[in-house]
Amino acid sequence: MSNSWRPSCSTAQLHQRAQLFQQIRAFFAERQVLEVETPLLGNHCGTDPHLDFFTTTYNSPPTPATLYLQTSPEFAMKRLVAAGSGDIYQLCKAFRNNESGRFHNPEFTLLEWYRLGFTLTMLMDEIDELFAHVFHLHPLNPSQRLRYQDIFYHYTQLDPLHFCYASYCDYARSHKITEAISLCQHSHSLWLDFIFSHKVQPHLGSNALCMVYDYPACQAALARLNPSNPRCAERVELFINGIELGNGYFELTQAPEQRQRFEHDLHYRQTYNLPTLTLDERLLAALQAGLPDCSGMAIGIDRVLMVLTNTHSLDDILAFPVSRA
Amino acid sequence: MAIYSTNEFKAGLKVMLDNDPCAIIDNEFVKPGKGQAFNRVKIRNLKTGRVIERTFKSGESLEGADVVDVEMQYLYNDGEFRHFMVQDTFEQYQADSKIVGDANLWLKDQDFCTITLWNDMPLAVTPANFVELQIIETDPGIRGDTSGGGGKPAKLETGAVVRVPLFVQQDEVIKVDTRTAEYISRVKD
Repeated sequence: MSNSWRPSCSTAQLHQRAQLFQQIRAFFAERQVLEVETPLLGNHCGTDPHLDFFTTTYNSPPTPATLYLQTSPEFAMKRLVAAGSGDIYQLCKAFRNNESGRFHNPEFTLLEWYRLGFTLTMLMDEIDELFAHVFHLHPLNPSQRLRYQDIFYHYTQLDPLHFCYASYCDYARSHKITEAISLCQHSHSLWLDFIFSHKVQPHLGSNALCMVYDYPACQAALARLNPSNPRCAERVELFINGIELGNGYFELTQAPEQRQRFEHDLHYRQTYNLPTLTLDERLLAALQAGLPDCSGMAIGIDRVLMVLTNTHSLDDILAFPVSRA
Repeated sequence: MAIYSTNEFKAGLKVMLDNDPCAIIDNEFVKPGKGQAFNRVKIRNLKTGRVIERTFKSGESLEGADVVDVEMQYLYNDGEFRHFMVQDTFEQYQADSKIVGDANLWLKDQDFCTITLWNDMPLAVTPANFVELQIIETDPGIRGDTSGGGGKPAKLETGAVVRVPLFVQQDEVIKVDTRTAEYISRVKD
């Protein structure tokens, strides 16, 4: 306890972080992507039922208001893009309640950027360039791009796009994860989360950047569905050494579909007794006004530092993880 | 008994799983950026000693297990049960060979050991890390050997067999590490 005033990481790690920030800023400056800042405290919050948020009370006369620490800067940044900001990026803090572990701290650093007119493929090209830039002293093996369906099938012989309850149960029984049957029940999405995180993800990106794309539609989040194959969403996830580093979309720009997905989330929250939220009507109004076609990416910078420095836990690279904050 | 949620699962916590008392060894929080959070937990079944991995949905909970470690003195073996006593209270417990397990190799009358109790019933017996036991059988050593290189088997009064240096003789008392079954030193009176 007496030592807990000290940072949990080494001084060298502070330098690593500062250098990484400089590299990222140089990378986007060269591409004329504008650095922006959006509020950490907002009147609304992401509705994703799997993200738990922090609430605060704002003493604004006459009645106190609830403000939320943002789980991601996504909504505010999309409002900027809809308002004509052009290409933007941000290095900011994001907050997620109830998340702590080797790879999780409830407060973490996010790099998020939006590129107008970029398809998911163009976004993946840029991610490749960013990682080559940031990892130039720690060379990675050539990066891989894998379709979710292919890599899932490769490790499990199951089809992730077609939910066959019986074969998923058989798989669980024969792979010592029998608890998945009672835990996931008939939720396709839950089964995918379970099997992917236990049986697929640990194999992804052996000292290489692995980009998994074409997520099943039930895991679309805020990505657009692929017009030529609506069973897949235009979403990409990044992994190195089995660690999830980031998530990107060819963004959904249709206000009505976005509203539908929000309402679906709120309904889910109600069904499972999760904290309720109100819809961010300002985001919906921005989409209504017109969000240009764009792709957006979010990368967990603390985890990138872990990979860069071959460390075991966020405690090795954060000055003050939540236990010392 | 208390109820523990996945975020309270710490190494050493004793919980009930599938009706057996278990000890948490490791708990890893696993959460896809978009998706359900899980806790992948490594657990030792305290009845069988087996270690298994089990995944829980974050926020799920397990009932605590009333498991405590108590230091006791080993009294005697009545053929079917071994009997132990808590020094302070003189309370006695008995355990059959299934529960005593390999600890029987190191238990000498009057020695102290640790008994794991579940709902006040012995669940496991752990001998002291170091015990002093007499050698009842070993080949005569070669004169002049003092290094201990090589060694020879020696049978101890409890029935355990350990390797000892050649200079160690029958009837001598030696100190043994029970975790590795290795000879440490001779014990001089």
